[in-house]
Amino acid sequence: MPNYTLNVNGKQVSVTADADTPLLWVLRDELNLVGTKFGCGIAQCGACTVHIDGVATRSCQIQVSILDNTKITTIEGLSKDGNHPVQEAWKEIDVPQCGYCQAGQIMTASAFLAENKNPSEEEIRNAMHGNICRCASYNRIEKAVKVASQKM
Amino acid sequence: MKLHKNDNFSRRNFLKTSVLASGGMLIGFNFLTACKPEAKMPVDIASLNFNDFNAFIKISDEGYVTIFSPNPEIGQGVKTSMPMIIAEELDVEWKTVTVAQGILDTKNYTRQVAGGSQSIRQGWDALRQTGATAKQMLVNAAAKKWNVDATTLKASKGIITNEKGEKLGYGAVVKEAALLEVPEKAQLKETKDFTIIGQDAINVDIDKIITGEPLFGLDYKTEGMLYASVLRPPAFGQKLDTYDDAKAKAVNGVSDVLKFGDKIAVLASSTWAAMKGKKALSATWKTDSKAESTEKHDKILNKILDGKDFDVRREDGNIKKAFSTADKVIERTYNSPFLPHNCMEPMNFYADVTADKIHLVGPIQTPQWTANRVAKLLERKVDEIHLEMTRMGGGFGRRLYGDFALEAAEISNLAKKPIKVVFSREDDMTAGTYRPAIKYRIKASLKDGKVTGYHLKEAAVNGNMYGLIPNFFPAGCIPNYKVETGNYKSNITTGAWRAPYTNFLAFAEQSFFDELATELNVDAIQLRLDLLQNVKNTDDKRIEYSGQRMEDTIKLVREKSNWGKNAEGTYQGFAAYYSHNTHVAEVAEIELKDGIPVIKKVTVAVDCGVVVNPTGAKNQVEGGVIDGIGHAMYADFSFKDGKPEYKNFDKYRLIRMGETPKVEVHFVQNNLSPTGLGEPGLPPAGGAVANAINAALGKRLYNQPFVNEIKKSSILG
Repeated sequence: MPNYTLNVNGKQVSVTADADTPLLWVLRDELNLVGTKFGCGIAQCGACTVHIDGVATRSCQIQVSILDNTKITTIEGLSKDGNHPVQEAWKEIDVPQCGYCQAGQIMTASAFLAENKNPSEEEIRNAMHGNICRCASYNRIEKAVKVASQKM
Repeated sequence: MKLHKNDNFSRRNFLKTSVLASGGMLIGFNFLTACKPEAKMPVDIASLNFNDFNAFIKISDEGYVTIFSPNPEIGQGVKTSMPMIIAEELDVEWKTVTVAQGILDTKNYTRQVAGGSQSIRQGWDALRQTGATAKQMLVNAAAKKWNVDATTLKASKGIITNEKGEKLGYGAVVKEAALLEVPEKAQLKETKDFTIIGQDAINVDIDKIITGEPLFGLDYKTEGMLYASVLRPPAFGQKLDTYDDAKAKAVNGVSDVLKFGDKIAVLASSTWAAMKGKKALSATWKTDSKAESTEKHDKILNKILDGKDFDVRREDGNIKKAFSTADKVIERTYNSPFLPHNCMEPMNFYADVTADKIHLVGPIQTPQWTANRVAKLLERKVDEIHLEMTRMGGGFGRRLYGDFALEAAEISNLAKKPIKVVFSREDDMTAGTYRPAIKYRIKASLKDGKVTGYHLKEAAVNGNMYGLIPNFFPAGCIPNYKVETGNYKSNITTGAWRAPYTNFLAFAEQSFFDELATELNVDAIQLRLDLLQNVKNTDDKRIEYSGQRMEDTIKLVREKSNWGKNAEGTYQGFAAYYSHNTHVAEVAEIELKDGIPVIKKVTVAVDCGVVVNPTGAKNQVEGGVIDGIGHAMYADFSFKDGKPEYKNFDKYRLIRMGETPKVEVHFVQNNLSPTGLGEPGLPPAGGAVANAINAALGKRLYNQPFVNEIKKSSILG
């Protein structure tokens, strides 16, 4: 199997994997970064969202072989002490129920707010529409994104 | 049930304390059987271990408290709310409390289940008594130290104070307290003195969730563990005939392919390799029993409704007479599809089966039942099984069934290695334990402006409404009343799905009553309130819901939703339902955008007794309402030739942010014992929305998902 060097959360890491292996499984199974979740495997639910060069990306659809010279950020690397404004807002609003989808929600929200500092309600709802929360904590996600935007 | 129930509660039988070698005090208790007189605990304190207790409180020498939460956490918040109840009566500050998931051994442990919204309701008394008893022991130890009567001491926020104003922290007396007799009497707090119960407490796992720490079953791994992807029969009614694993074995990372029963497991060093290996398998299948389809189910259920083969579940008065003498008779039929659970965390389980023991780890709602089934399957003793529960990425009933844990155990037993079974989303959706398709036919007679007769027939696949459901509203409200159930046995696996049966029954019934209100020309809420007067002073013991509590709940939602005073261009719909011991009333408000209904807001009133953790409680109701709307509006599922026709979220539609209304939750204030919230918010939601859509479009909805009905509607062109 080929070897790849990736920049994950600011560190250079080396992994051995088949070229077609999705980044999701490299993160989870090879690098023990299990915060990025598996939900559907077809980019429909958003549980596996990470940042690639700051852009929210479904890691289940990105092959490990095309990630040369990119910066990958996962939920584990979003902030040093879990104090990114979005993480703080998630805590303040007590968003999670089961909590499984929330890393993906947070990664989508943080990439969105980096681009749009003062979003309207409609912009928030559009930005978060791609991430499914099966517990339907949507009211709180929406509120937390608003609160986070005020903290950023 | 009143709040200060303190009768026949023998603490000696359920609680034991021990001094910890590492310092501090350990209190073991059995929270579910604690109130039952038959509960027996060992006399020998040295035998205090996880085999006899399912929950523990540890108080360190420094006064820090760790509570090992006994019940599975599927997102319903009990890992936060149950320890809050103990901490309240123990009288410590919530911020000094750490909550850990109790690790469980199957040997002799007692019932632990997450299901039916029962955790809080059943645990309330025992959890309070446990906290209060522990507090009393600490106070007694301080009294001994100061050589004063314990009644002269006060304890609050982890500090014991005597009449001179001297203070001792709990930590300073834990060693002595642990050696004292368990007292027979411990004073419970008055509701007004609660400082933790009734205050918002953030989910205890929040920091781990927002930083992505390992927490869920899918995150669990051990050194040398292999991932298993399983090929199962593609259709219900099929068995494995032949298979070829040469291509699968050639996949990088695949180490083994094992057949077990009618399934084939591909073992690999990564999840991806296991999944690839599974795709590379080729297999042929033979027919074992008849391949079924949704079309066929539809015909069969209609035939049941048209026929006479029913079990009578409740009958009052004489419906025949009521119908024959009525001014008008109305009959409607309501249809629902099968539904998969679609927990965001797909089914998975870890198993390490060795000659000495069986180690099982994963997300499971029924640890005890599952351990027993694994023992039976592998012909092992249940005390060789050590089962650990992880946090669960949703449950909704699916994780009651444990089929995935049995698969893991069977594969590990064959492979002689630690393995973890991981379902793909397609596996999860097609190898489900579905909410079965159900039809209701409801008929009512109207005479002199009143509902005089009510006849409900249920036709369901594989099961029928259980327990007290035939005695829910409107039983007791209408003099001539009959509920009957009919059934068809299918080879498709079915089971409990969040708020079983009532998740669809509530929609059918509450839509029907809305139609009756229109027919009688009375306000929809007023009709319910009028009917409830008939059940208020009932001496019928079978009636479980309370006419008074339902009335109070309905009146609260009427006030908070501005019922009947809504703005121009908005349309309201009402529904109320009692399920899982909790009364809920909802008003949905919609607007039309280009003729399409948009659900803007749902106002909810809930009577669940004392609200233990308001933020968690609201979260449950908000989620339950939106979940109920999502499935009523969008969720479709069908079978053809025994095969599920939906496999992933590209075709199967779950509700998303953009379709989500604002949910406003209000609680009825009272001091009654708390009841659960994991399910009760869901059942009324579909009915409230359907009734609002009728208010807007003049179109009654009889089939779920609504979106198909609305699309078909000529009103929308």
